[in-house]
Amino acid sequence: MATHILTRAARFGAVIALALFGLSASAPAQEELQEEQAHEALHFPIEAPERRSWSFDGFFGKFDPAQLRRGLQVYRDVCQNCHALSMVPFRTLADEGGPQFTPEQAAEIAGAYTVTDGPDDQGLMFTRQARLSDHFPSIFANPQAAAFANNGAYPPDLSLMAKARSVPSGFPWFIFDALRFYQEGGPDYIAGFLTGYRDPPPGEEPPPGTYYNVHFGADDETAMPPQLFDGIVRYTDGAPQTVEQYAEDVAAFLMWTAEPHLVARKRLGFQVLIFLAAFIGLMYATKRRVWAPVH
Amino acid sequence: MIKPLYKYEPKNGFTRWLDARLPVLTLIHGSFVVFPTPRNLNYWYSFGAILTVMLASQIVTGIVLAMHYIPHTSLAFASVEDIMRNVNFGWLLRYLHANGASFFFIAVYIHMFRGLYYGSYKEPREVLWILGVLLYVLMVATAFFGYVLPWGQMSFWAATVITNLFGAIPLIGESITTWLLGGFSVDSPTLNRFYSLHYLLPFMIAGVVVLHIWALHVPGNGNPVGIQVRVPQDTVPFHPYYTVKDGLAIVVFLFVLAVVVFYQPNALSHPDNYIPADPLKTPAHIVPEWYLLPFYAILRAVPSKLGGVLALGAAIFVLFLVPWLDTSRVRSATYRPIYRQFFWIFVITCVGLTWLGSQPPEGGYVIAGRILTIYYFLHFLVVLPVVGLVEKPKPLPASINDPVLPPGESVRQAAE
Ligand code: HEC
Ligand code: HEM
Repeated sequence: MATHILTRAARFGAVIALALFGLSASAPAQEELQEEQAHEALHFPIEAPERRSWSFDGFFGKFDPAQLRRGLQVYRDVCQNCHALSMVPFRTLADEGGPQFTPEQAAEIAGAYTVTDGPDDQGLMFTRQARLSDHFPSIFANPQAAAFANNGAYPPDLSLMAKARSVPSGFPWFIFDALRFYQEGGPDYIAGFLTGYRDPPPGEEPPPGTYYNVHFGADDETAMPPQLFDGIVRYTDGAPQTVEQYAEDVAAFLMWTAEPHLVARKRLGFQVLIFLAAFIGLMYATKRRVWAPVH
Repeated sequence: MIKPLYKYEPKNGFTRWLDARLPVLTLIHGSFVVFPTPRNLNYWYSFGAILTVMLASQIVTGIVLAMHYIPHTSLAFASVEDIMRNVNFGWLLRYLHANGASFFFIAVYIHMFRGLYYGSYKEPREVLWILGVLLYVLMVATAFFGYVLPWGQMSFWAATVITNLFGAIPLIGESITTWLLGGFSVDSPTLNRFYSLHYLLPFMIAGVVVLHIWALHVPGNGNPVGIQVRVPQDTVPFHPYYTVKDGLAIVVFLFVLAVVVFYQPNALSHPDNYIPADPLKTPAHIVPEWYLLPFYAILRAVPSKLGGVLALGAAIFVLFLVPWLDTSRVRSATYRPIYRQFFWIFVITCVGLTWLGSQPPEGGYVIAGRILTIYYFLHFLVVLPVVGLVEKPKPLPASINDPVLPPGESVRQAAE
C-alpha cells in the first residue's frame, strides 16, 4: 500500500513537472541561459535589471494611487515629449484602482491637451480642448514624424510597454517565479532601463546619437537619451526627487496603463479561489460519501 | 456493446410524450446516468471530462470575444486591447480564453499520455483513438488560427513562418501558400480567413467529440488494469459515481486555471505579442506557443525545409498508427515492465523536445534536437513493435475487482 502511494505520488510529481516545463517553454526568453544570450534581443547584452518590490506585486498587491499620480507627472513632464500613450482615455484617471483623481481633476488634466476633431459642418477639421472621453494625444502626427524627430529611432507607444518587456530569469528559476506569482518583469525592466545609463567603458565610444545603457534589452546602447536627473520633476507630495524614485514611479504608472484592471483582477481572483476551494471541499466530501460503499 | 442495467422510464407526461417521438432522454440516460463504468478508473481518466468542460469554456468565452473583435490588420490589435480595457470583464474573458487554450492543451497531453500508458488505443478501441488524434489535430489548427487573431508581433510572424512551410511542397507549394494567405504575404485577407476558420473549427471539434464519445460507449471504458469488464460487479453506474469523481477533478483543474488567470495571466504568453504586428520588423526570436514547441523542434531538426515539413507531418501522422504499431496483447503498462520504462523515456523525450523548441536553432541545441527527434520516431516505429514481441508481461489479475479490493473481498462480492 505504502509503495503504491509512493509511486502515485511520483507520477503526480512527474505530471506537475511536465506542466511546469510547459509553463516555462511558453516564455522562451525565460529559459535561455544568460551566457548564451549575448547576441539575442531581450537577453540583456550587458546586465539584467534588478528585481524591485512593487506595491502591486504578489497575491494582495494594489496600485498606490499617490505613486501613479507621481508617475503620471513624470510622463507628462518628460516622456510625453517623445512617447505616445494612445490607449489611455483621460476618464480612466478617475477610475477605481487607478490614480483615483476626482472626475473634475481628470477633466482638468484632459483640458490641458488639444486634440483634432471634425470635420465640422463646413467640412473642416478643427482643434479643441481634450475631454474625458479622449485618449492622450501624441505630440507627433504619426510614427514617421516621431522617428524623424529622434534621429530615425521611433519612440514606441508606452501604453502597453510594461507587458511588452520582461526580465527573464533563466531555465530552472522560472518555476520559482511561477510559484511566487512573479509578473513584474515589465516594470522592473522599465525602471532598470531608465536608470541604466552609465559612462561607456574606456575605448568603447557609442555611435553618434546613441547612449550606453547597461540594462537596454536590444543592444549595448539605445537611441533614447538619458531623461531623468535628480530634481527635474517637482513632486508636491514630499516624495524624494531622485532618478530612482522617478524611474519607479513612472514604471508603476506604465504598469497601470498596461493593465488598468490589475487591482480588480486580483480582488476578484481571491474571491474566486475562496469559492473554488470551498467547492473542492464539498465535492471531495460528496465523492468520499458516494464511493464509501464501493471502496 | 455495453448494455446499461436499467432502462429509462420517463416519469411524467411530457417526457413520455417526447421520448416516444425522439428517445433523446433515453440516449442521455443510457450514456451519462446508468452507463456501466469500470469501478477502478483513477483520476487520469478524468481528463476527458475536463477536456469537455474546457471546450465548452473556450466556445462560450470565444463567442463573447467575437462580439467585440475586429478581424482587420489595422484594427485587430486595438480591438483586443479595447476588450481588455473597455468591455465589462473583457480582461477576464480574454485571459480565460487565452490561458484556457493552454490548459486545454495541458489536459489533452495528459489525456493522450494516459492512453499511451494504459494501452487505451488497443482493440476494440482503435477508432476511438483515431478520432482522438483527429481532435488533437483540429485543436492544433484552431489554436494556431486563434494565436494569429490578436495581431501582435508573434501572431504575425508565427503566421508567416507556418504558412511559408507550405512553400516547401514541390511544384505546387508556392500556389498553395498564396491560396492559403489570400495574397503574397500575411495580410488582412489572411487574418479574415483565419478568423473565419477559428470560429468554425471548435464546432467541428464539438462534432468529433460526439463521435469520440459514441466510439467510447460501444466497447465501454478501458481501465487501468486493462482487462475487460466481465461481470456487473466490475462496474458502477456513471451517475453518481463518476459524475462526482470527474466533478471533483474538474473543480481542482479549474482552481489551477483560476490561479493562472487571476495571478499570472501573462506567464504563458510571449511579451512580444503585446507589440502590434510590424511586417518590417522581424523579432529576434520567433517561437510558437509552448504546446507546439515539440513539433517546432522536430521541424528544425531536419536540415532541409521540405524534410522538416515531412518530419513534422509524420510526427503527428504516426500517432494514427499506434494501435497497429504496438504488438503487445497486454494493454496496461502496469503489467508491462519493459514498456513502462520506455514510456517514461518517451515522456522525457517529449519534454526535452518542448524545451529545445524554445531554444535558438544552433550548436548543441540542434544536435540534441536531432537525437530526440530520431528517438521520437524510434519509439513508435521500433520500440512499440519490438517490445511487444519480446517482453514477458506480469501475470494479469483474474478480474478488475482483484486489484482494488482486499484479498477475499472480491470472492464475496462476486458471489453476491
Ligand atoms: C527625447 C525623446 C525621448 C524621451 C523624452 C523619452 N524617450 Fe523613451 N525612447 C526614445 C527613443 C528614441 C526610444 C527608442 C530607443 C531605441 O530603440 O534604441 C525610446 C525607447 C523607450 C523604451 C523602450 C526600450 C526598449 O526596450 O525598447 C522605454 C521603456 C522608454 N523609452 C521609456 C521612456 C520613459 C519612461 C520616458 C520618460 C521618463 C522616456 N522614455 C522619455 C525617446 C525618448
Ligand atoms: C477549441 C477551442 C478553442 C481554442 C483552443 C482557441 C484558442 C485560441 C487562442 C490560442 C487564441 C489567442 C489568444 C490570445 O492571445 O488572446 C484565441 C483567440 C480568439 N478566439 Fe479562440 N479558441 C477556441 C475556441 C474559440 C471559439 C469557439 C471562438 C468563437 C466562437 C473563439 C474566438 C476567439 C477570438 C475572437 C479570439 C481573439 C481575441 C483574443 O485574442 O482574445 N475561439 N483562441
